[in-house]
Amino acid sequence: MCLAIPGQVVELFPNQPTTALIDVVGVRRKVDLGLLQDDMPVKGDWVLIHVGFAMSKISEEDAVDQMRTLRMLGESEAAMQEVEGYGLENLESSEDLAS
Amino acid sequence: MKFVDEFREPEVIRRTAEEIRRLADPNRHYRIMEVCGGHTHAIYRFGLKDLLPSNIDLIHGPGCPVCVLPMGRIDDGLSIAEQPNVIFAAFGDMMRVPGTRGSPLEHQARGMDVRIVYSPSDALKMAQANPDKHVMFFAIGFETTAPSTALTLMRAKAQDIHNFSVFCNHVTIIPAIRAILDSPDMRLDAFIGPGHVSTVIGCRPYEWIAKSENKPVAVSGFEPLDILQSIVMVLRQLRANEAKIENQYKRVVPWEGNHAALRAMADVFELRPYFEWRGLGFISQSALRIRDGYAEWDAEQRFEVPGVRVTDPKAAQCGEVLKGVLKPHQCRLFGNECTPENPIGALMVSSEGSCAAYFNYEHRKTAMVTRIASVA
Repeated sequence: MCLAIPGQVVELFPNQPTTALIDVVGVRRKVDLGLLQDDMPVKGDWVLIHVGFAMSKISEEDAVDQMRTLRMLGESEAAMQEVEGYGLENLESSEDLAS
Repeated sequence: MKFVDEFREPEVIRRTAEEIRRLADPNRHYRIMEVCGGHTHAIYRFGLKDLLPSNIDLIHGPGCPVCVLPMGRIDDGLSIAEQPNVIFAAFGDMMRVPGTRGSPLEHQARGMDVRIVYSPSDALKMAQANPDKHVMFFAIGFETTAPSTALTLMRAKAQDIHNFSVFCNHVTIIPAIRAILDSPDMRLDAFIGPGHVSTVIGCRPYEWIAKSENKPVAVSGFEPLDILQSIVMVLRQLRANEAKIENQYKRVVPWEGNHAALRAMADVFELRPYFEWRGLGFISQSALRIRDGYAEWDAEQRFEVPGVRVTDPKAAQCGEVLKGVLKPHQCRLFGNECTPENPIGALMVSSEGSCAAYFNYEHRKTAMVTRIASVA
């Protein structure tokens, strides 16, 4: 529950202003930026993600630290499983969400 | 001490552990509560207790959302999902939590449509993808998670998605800390404050703990060094007879919190007059319910909910463990009837639950040593 997963904003969508494509160690998923609307991230920024929502902006150094913490806690696999699970890729009707 | 060498900065860890020994008065016994279940997990995982002098006791707090949820709420959520065409969607953590007639996973095996989601917004997408069904998202979590549920409800309303609802079990951390401090059998010296809850609420909500209760708080990160530094912070305060809020996790936690997240929560949720917590009983204004403006998306308003109070199995002592009165292994069922593979109490289910953490890291270690000793 307390997992906070670091990721980098790799793409923003002009027609979906509260959505970003985020890269977490090579896995790319759409993440909601609604909780950062007072201080929106830009392409290249690093964020901490919790249950599919970016919850805070962090530095690249802190992102690396956070990933290592997850590994040390034995939770990096659970974190990657969570990220891979975002967007319901396994539901046929939502394949477009993954694109 | 073998763990120390595996840490990133073993020398700094060693120095910090020495600092803790230097600061701790040998004539005094310290009881420091880590509020967050993530910290509990980290403390056991890293074997941090082995680095502390024996007169510092870390007491595990109520900050594991799965653990504090009373069984009756699980039953209520499952009873909604027993209705035709309802999909029960929840985070993976919820799936093995026992209800009176089994966990969500066991209900799935009996034919209920139970699905894991990793985000509340995916439950909403599931509703869009299944227009002939109703998706009920079983929401749990403290202030870390509640804003995401709030935004999801705002999106459901804005996008006119009506086959979606939330069964809201979001709780708030401050009233739980207050209840623990009010509890007559608790004596605490200081707190290690939750890291990710504080990214949302900031540090101000803890100020009363210092001002009215005269107890230090250090909001902490999750690395071994973070937790040890937080212990140094509170020990320094205790030594100087001070009580204030310190932010050890500045790199992530802003003092003022996240205003956008707090606004989303305030728009969608209001405080319940009271809510039952496993082990702590009824605590006033300690949980969130969905405001009337979102009644259509509130599973409790939309469906019949039995609302039956279920007491925990008598032999299980989850309550005492949750309040820190008993250590996990002092519970009658620990390691015998109640194990992570076959949990009776919720504290044994979640990796953030103190019983599961104790079992996985301490109990297995001790069992191994005993086995080796008996072979030798």
